[in-house]
Amino acid sequence: MPEDKWTSDEMMTIAASRLLKDGDICFVGIGLPSAAANLARATHAPDVVLIYESGTIGAKPDVLPLSIGDGELAETADVVVSTPEIFRYWLQGGRVDVGFLGAAQLDRFGNINTTVIGDYHSPKVRLPGAGGAPEIAACAGEVFVILRQSPRTFVDKLAFVTSAGHADGGNWRNDAGLPGKGPTAVITDIGILRPQPESRELVMTDLHPGFSMADAEAATGWPLQRAATCVESPPPNVEELGALRDLIGRTARAHAHG
Amino acid sequence: MADITTLEEAVADLIQDGDTVAMEGFTHLIPHAAGHQVIRAGKKNLTAVRMTPDLIYDQLIGMNCVKKLIFSWGGNPGVGSLHRFRDAVQNDWPAPMEIQEHSHADIANAYVAGASGLPFAVLRGYVGCDLPKVNPMIKAITCPFTGEQLAAVPAIRPDVTVIHAQQVDRRGNVMMWGITGVQKEAVMAAKRTIVTVEEIVDSFDIKANSVILPRWVIDAVCLEPGGAYPSYALGYYDRDNSFYKSWDGISRERDGFTAWMNRHVLGTASFAEYSESVAAAQVKEAVGA
Repeated sequence: MPEDKWTSDEMMTIAASRLLKDGDICFVGIGLPSAAANLARATHAPDVVLIYESGTIGAKPDVLPLSIGDGELAETADVVVSTPEIFRYWLQGGRVDVGFLGAAQLDRFGNINTTVIGDYHSPKVRLPGAGGAPEIAACAGEVFVILRQSPRTFVDKLAFVTSAGHADGGNWRNDAGLPGKGPTAVITDIGILRPQPESRELVMTDLHPGFSMADAEAATGWPLQRAATCVESPPPNVEELGALRDLIGRTARAHAHG
Repeated sequence: MADITTLEEAVADLIQDGDTVAMEGFTHLIPHAAGHQVIRAGKKNLTAVRMTPDLIYDQLIGMNCVKKLIFSWGGNPGVGSLHRFRDAVQNDWPAPMEIQEHSHADIANAYVAGASGLPFAVLRGYVGCDLPKVNPMIKAITCPFTGEQLAAVPAIRPDVTVIHAQQVDRRGNVMMWGITGVQKEAVMAAKRTIVTVEEIVDSFDIKANSVILPRWVIDAVCLEPGGAYPSYALGYYDRDNSFYKSWDGISRERDGFTAWMNRHVLGTASFAEYSESVAAAQVKEAVGA
């Protein structure tokens, strides 16, 4: 078992970081997306441009921010712009290559719920809500989603669609006139899912070392399909694992003082 | 024209029960001192507008100041839930609270419309999303030139906007820098404005990304050093991440929350006294008393 060498969370973050290309303009959410994007910046993609919705463009934090607007993001940014500007000129204006999001729940077409579990008007669990995600999902060139895979998170039917992925599949995005391609990859602790070219249903295209298709099926609330071309993810290399642990360690030390 | 006055006077004079009040600050420069003063003054039935309700609105909601919340993301950043917000929405405690929910891009645009004197804002948003199904204030509009379907939302025009900034000069002009969020738009959209500041200076040493609000768009400026704590003021102090984490425990249960607010907020007369009270409690806790 690889678990003595790395954790499934580390594998998830490393697999996600690999998808970002050097020079990508990435609108990044707080938490897991921010960890993956900063790992990419620390390894193979030093010139990835990180945009946080607080208006910080080209932020280069040394440690992972706890909030979307930590001081270090502003101090290391190329430029800091207002909230209306970040959403109007930079996101809606089409300047973002990749939107990198987390989610509480996701369905087979990559639609995301971060609003509520249960009925909206008498919720079982009230979640934080939309934030910037609906327009990131609509307007970024493509969208990566990162979240842990379990029957509670990978559900057959969402209680609420906060941010649209591929809606009910097929050419919906194109027909609806959305500028971006929508979710092109969903990275989990088990592997990576990508939409099938025609139906846009998410299928397992990569399995991380130590995980089987049966593991993925057991963690998914819909009948999950395996892509014919499904591959095993390359294990974390020494550089990736070292850089990630350095980043997490620096972050823990910095926030312990905060 | 800006009066340099006390926060107690500004809140008493400019915020009325039932007003629509926006307190903005995107992680940075959140006007916590002003939020506390609204609670001390016992303001009621407010329609509270804020993109990220955060701890400041968790406190206002739990102390029953808010009748309706207009927002786009209600969490404790980097920590998890806002327990008082959740308790109000899920269990009607301390009272039923109406919510009107949007996205960040929507509210940012709605403030721009308010500041611009327009009745509504337009954006490319919400396609395929459920929020328009539960919020009748989000409507579709057809572009008269291209035929594209876009989202329209009403302008936000607060009765009062409250913000925190780094500096005021002797004449009452205000300067902030770093992450400045929607504060300029929220001020320009409002009928009345209160600004708390870290410091009074003779003249401004203009920083990168500075936003300057001339004194004649502001009604009251109040000197409240540390008034954004536990958020931060760039150039003055850092965000107290540990307080955000500890708020999770303080706010989790109704009784614990109420006791904490009674002791530290209602039991003090100013934000300076509040800060001393919290610091003293932390020292006691640290030595195990």
